Amino acid sequence: MQNISYREALNQALGEEMERDANVFLMGEEVARYNGAYKVSQGLLDRFGSARVVDTPISELGFAGLGVGAAMVGLRPVIEMMTWNFAILAMDQIVNNAAKIRHMSGGQLRCPIVVRGASGAGGRLSSQHSQCLESGYVNIPGLKVVAPATPADAKGLLKASIRDENPVCFFEAELLYNQKGDVPEGEHLVPIGKADIKREGTDVTLITYSRMLTWTVLPAAEELAKQGISAEVVDLRTLRPLDVETILASVNKTNRVVIVEESWPHASVGTDVVDLIQREAFDALDAPIGRVSGLDVNMAYAAALEAATQPSVERVLAAVNQVLYR
Amino acid sequence: MATAVLLPALSPTMKDGKITKWLKKEGDKISSGMAIAECETDKSNLEIEAYDDGVLLKILVPEGGSAPVGSPIAYIGKAGEKIDAEAAVKAVPPKKDEPAPEPTAPMPAKAPAASAPIPAPPAAEAGARLRASPLARAIAKDQGVDLSSISGSGPSGRIVKKDVEQAAKATPAAKVSTFPKAVRGGQRPEPTSVPVGGMRKVIAQRLTEVKPGVPHFYLTIEVEMEEAMAVKEQARALETKVSVNDVIVKAVAVALRRFPRLNQQFAGDKILQLHTVDVGIAVAIEDGLITPIVKDADQKGLAEIAAEIRELADRAKRKALKPEEYSGGSITVSNLGMYGIDSFIGVINPPHAALLAIGEVAKKAVIRNDQIVMRQMMSVTLSGDHRVIDGAVGAQYLQILKGVLEHPLRMLF
Amino acid sequence: MPPSNDVLLTMYRKMVLMRRFEEKAGQAYGQKKIQGFCHLYTGQEAVAVGAIEALRPDDYMMTGYRDHAHPIARGAHPGMIMAELFAKNSGYSKGKGGSMHLIDVEHHWYGGYGIVGGQIPLAAGMAFASKYRNEDRVTVCSFGEAAANQGAFHETLNMAAKWKLPVIYVCENNRYGMGTEVSRVSAQPEIHKRAAAFDMRGEAFDGMDAIVSYEMFKEAGEYCRKGNGPILLEAKTYRFRGHSMSDAATYRTKEEVEEFKTKGDPIPKLRAVILKKKAATEAELDAIDEAQKHICEEAVAFADAAPETGLEELYTDMVIEDGEPDVHPRERVLGAKDVKWPSYPSGQELKVTWDLEPAAAAAKAEEKGAA
Repeated sequence: MQNISYREALNQALGEEMERDANVFLMGEEVARYNGAYKVSQGLLDRFGSARVVDTPISELGFAGLGVGAAMVGLRPVIEMMTWNFAILAMDQIVNNAAKIRHMSGGQLRCPIVVRGASGAGGRLSSQHSQCLESGYVNIPGLKVVAPATPADAKGLLKASIRDENPVCFFEAELLYNQKGDVPEGEHLVPIGKADIKREGTDVTLITYSRMLTWTVLPAAEELAKQGISAEVVDLRTLRPLDVETILASVNKTNRVVIVEESWPHASVGTDVVDLIQREAFDALDAPIGRVSGLDVNMAYAAALEAATQPSVERVLAAVNQVLYR
Repeated sequence: MATAVLLPALSPTMKDGKITKWLKKEGDKISSGMAIAECETDKSNLEIEAYDDGVLLKILVPEGGSAPVGSPIAYIGKAGEKIDAEAAVKAVPPKKDEPAPEPTAPMPAKAPAASAPIPAPPAAEAGARLRASPLARAIAKDQGVDLSSISGSGPSGRIVKKDVEQAAKATPAAKVSTFPKAVRGGQRPEPTSVPVGGMRKVIAQRLTEVKPGVPHFYLTIEVEMEEAMAVKEQARALETKVSVNDVIVKAVAVALRRFPRLNQQFAGDKILQLHTVDVGIAVAIEDGLITPIVKDADQKGLAEIAAEIRELADRAKRKALKPEEYSGGSITVSNLGMYGIDSFIGVINPPHAALLAIGEVAKKAVIRNDQIVMRQMMSVTLSGDHRVIDGAVGAQYLQILKGVLEHPLRMLF
Repeated sequence: MPPSNDVLLTMYRKMVLMRRFEEKAGQAYGQKKIQGFCHLYTGQEAVAVGAIEALRPDDYMMTGYRDHAHPIARGAHPGMIMAELFAKNSGYSKGKGGSMHLIDVEHHWYGGYGIVGGQIPLAAGMAFASKYRNEDRVTVCSFGEAAANQGAFHETLNMAAKWKLPVIYVCENNRYGMGTEVSRVSAQPEIHKRAAAFDMRGEAFDGMDAIVSYEMFKEAGEYCRKGNGPILLEAKTYRFRGHSMSDAATYRTKEEVEEFKTKGDPIPKLRAVILKKKAATEAELDAIDEAQKHICEEAVAFADAAPETGLEELYTDMVIEDGEPDVHPRERVLGAKDVKWPSYPSGQELKVTWDLEPAAAAAKAEEKGAA
C-alpha cells in the first residue's frame, strides 16, 4: 500500500495508461512544459514526448472538439480542462458531438474521450471559479460522469475512464489535490458505476461524493458516533450512471437519509438521488429525505461568506437530527 | 400514360395553396425540375416544379384557384394522350400529418424499472388524513397495531417508527396474551392525558355535528350465561350472596383491565387514560337514576363487590351518596334484566367512554354445531362515545367480556 | 494537373447523380416522406466532386448539414442514404440521424453535423490523429461561409496552423447564410483571407467549375500530405435552392438565381468540355443521365419499401458496453460481406514518433519571450 496524494494518484493513472496504450494522449492548457496547472501531469512530457502531452492555446471549445475528432478515429484523448468552470465554453463539443456521435451515426462511430478537470470551490476564488457543474453533464444521455473522493478512487477511476469506450466527464476537486490516502500498489482499477460504502452504519445513511466525503461527511459521522448514532456513509463515486442497488440497500437498512453535496441544490445530483429513493424505497423511509447542499447563492470572495455557503459538519448534524426526530 | 401533377407541400405547415400564375400553358413541353406554376402558401409565394418529362396536357386548377396539398392540379403526358383520371394519380398520396404516436407498444426492457408496489395503507382511516411515515405504516401493519390509536410524535402529529414500536409494546391489542398486573399496594395511580391525534379530533368534530352532545354508536352481543350462572351456585356454597349482576360487574372490570383502550374518559380537548378500573352501576332511585362507582372493581373479590354494590345502592336510594362516590370511571353497567327486558340501548354517562346495557338471562333456542339447542342467553348492548372509541374498539372489548362471562375461570388469570 | 478523360466522365456522372438525387429528395420532402430539416446541395456539386476525385478514398471527409450529396459521390449506397432521409431502419443511422447526420464510415465520410461550425474542430482532431499515427492521410472539412464567423473556426485554425495539421478546410461560400448575405455580417467577407491571421495559406477558387475544383484539391492535397500544414480554401459557389426546404428565399432575386442556373451551372459546363474534348458523345452522356435518373428512382423505391425503425432501437447506440462492436451499415442492411472498415494499429503496436513541439524550439521561444 502506498500513501500518496490525490494529485499523485492521478499522475500515476495517467502515466500507467499512457505506457500501456500508445493511443492515449493528454491535451490541455499548461499540461506539458508547466507540468500542469495543478501539477497532475508532472513529468509526463519528459516520459512521453510532445505529441502525447500537448500544450494548447486557451481554446477550450477548439481543443475539446479536436479531442472528440481524434477519438472518433481511434485515439484515446484525455482532455484536461484547467477547471470545469472553463469547460462551459467546450460544452457544445461535449454535449452535441461527444455524447451524440454514436447515436447520430447509428452505431458506426464511438468517442472514447475523457474530459477531466478540477471542480468546486478553490478557496477565496469568488463565483466564476468555484462552481460545481456536474449535474449539467449527468443530465445528458450518452455521457458517463465520475467524481472520485479519495486518491485510491481517483487512480482507479481515471484508469477505468480512459479504458471506457464512452465519453467520460471526470470531476476532480481543487482542494483535494494535496489530500493523501492509501492507494494499493500495482494495477488498481475501480469500476465505473459502483458506489462505495466508506463507513458502515445502521441508524442513518449519508450519501455524498467528491470533496464533501472527507471534508464534511466522514467528520460528521465521527461526531455522530460520539453521540451514539451509527451513520452509514455512501460515496457515490460515479454520478452517471448511479449505483442504484447500493443506494437502495443502504436506505432499506437504515430508513433515514441525508444527502450531502457541495453543489447548488436545484436540479443537482442530490435532487436526482432524492427522486430515486422516494420512488424506489418509499416504504423504507421513516422521515423525508434530508439534504445539505451548497447554498443557492453565488460564491463570494469573503471568507466568512464562503464558509457559510458550503456544507458544514454542523449543517449535516442538524439534518441528521431532523430525520431522527431528535 | 398521363400522370397527375399533385400540389406539393412547399412548407411543413402548408395545407392548401392558391395558384397565382401558370408559367406554362396546355401543350407546352415540360421537363423534370422545370417550374410550371407559382403558388401562394400560408407562408410565402413559391414555385411548383414538374416531377416528370412530357407535355402539359391539361390544367385543372386555373389561376386564382385553390387546392389542397396532394390534390391534382394538372396532367402531364405524351402529346395527344387521353387522361384516365384515376390511373393518373399513381403517386403515393402525401403522408397525412401523423398524430404523435401513442405509447401502445410495450416499452423496451432498458426503461427504468417500475416502482415496487406500495402496500395498502391500514384500514383505520375514517376519511381523515392519518400522518404516518411509510416505515411506521409498514411496521404497524406487520405488528397488527391500529395506527388510529397512536398519537404521532413527529411534525404535524406524524406517527413515526418509535411511536409504533412503543404502542406495540404498551398495547397488546390483538393479542390478549399478557395479563397486566392488577394488584398493587399504595396510592391509586392518576389518570394520564392522551394527546388527541389529528384523526381523533376530526372524528369527534364530525360526529358531534351528526349527533350533538355525545355521539353514540351501538354494538350488541349475545352471551351464553350457563357458566356465569354456575358462579352464583359457588357463592351459595360459600354461604355468601352474589347476584348475576355482580358477576357481570366483575367480568366487566376484568375485561377492562385487559383492554385498557376502553378505559378512557372524554375530557374536551383531551382524552384521559385511566389506570384504575372503576365501574359504574346504574341504580334506579325514586324519580331518577344515579350511578355509583365501584372503585378498583378488578381487584375486589365477588363477595366484596356484591356487598359494596348493595351498600352503594342502598345509600343511593336514600340520596346519601357523596359526590366522589358517583364520579369517575370509564364505563357504566345498566341492567334491566330483572324487568324482563330482552335488550335495550342505554345512554352514556359522561365522561364515560361506554355504557353496557344488560338484558335478562333467558332460555333461548340457538344454533350450535349446526344443531338447534337450548342455551341461557343474555344480550349485552354497548353504547360507545365515538369521540373516544370506535366500533372496532368496542367490539374487541365485547369479545373479551363475552369470553370472560362464558368462561369465568378466565377471571383467575 | 488537368484531369484525365476518365476523371472528367466520373465527375460528370457523379454530379448528375448528386443533382438528380437532391431533386428526388426535394420532391420527397414535398410528399412529406422527409420531414424536419432538409438542406439541398443543388448547384454546389463541383466543390464536392472535385475534392472526392482529386483525393484518396481513405482521406477523411466531412461537412455540416448540407450533407446528402458528398457521401453519394464517395460511394455510399443511394438507397440507404434515401432510407435515412425517410427515417427508415435501412438508413445509414437506422433513422436516428436523418438529413443532417448522414455518416458512412466505410467510405470515410464522417458526417453530418447540426451545429454550425461544430465539425471544424473535429476535422482538426482527425488530422491530428493522422499525424499522430504518421499517416499521409489528409482530412477535408467543408463548411459554409457563415460558419467562418464561429469561435470554433478561429480557435481551430490557430491550432491547425500552429501544429501543421494535414487538414484542408473548404469554405463553400454560397454567399448566403440562412437569409443573410455574407458581407452584411462579416468584417472580412473574403473568407480565405482570414487564413493570413494564422499565418496559414488561403486560396479562393471558382466552385462552379468541376475542373478548377479538381485541380485546386489535387494541389491542396499534395501540399498537406507533404507536411506543410493546413490550407483554407474558399469555393465561390451558389446554391440553386433555398437554404432549406422551408426557405421562401426572399433575400435574393429570381433574376440572380436564374443567372446562376443558366450561366453558372457546373453540370452543363463540364458537359460542354467533355464534348469539346471528345471524351464522350452526346448519346453516351445522355445514357449516363438516364442511368443516374434510374439509380435515384431505385433509391426512392428502396427507401419506400424499407421497414420503419422499431422501438427496440430506443436505447441502442448510446452507452457502449465492453466488447460491443461498431455497426457496419451495409452489412447490417444488405448483408454485404465485402465491407472494408477503417482500422488502426492497436495501442500496443503503435509507435508515436511525431514531436509536435521539439523541446529546443519551445525553449527558444521561451527565451525569446523572456528577452
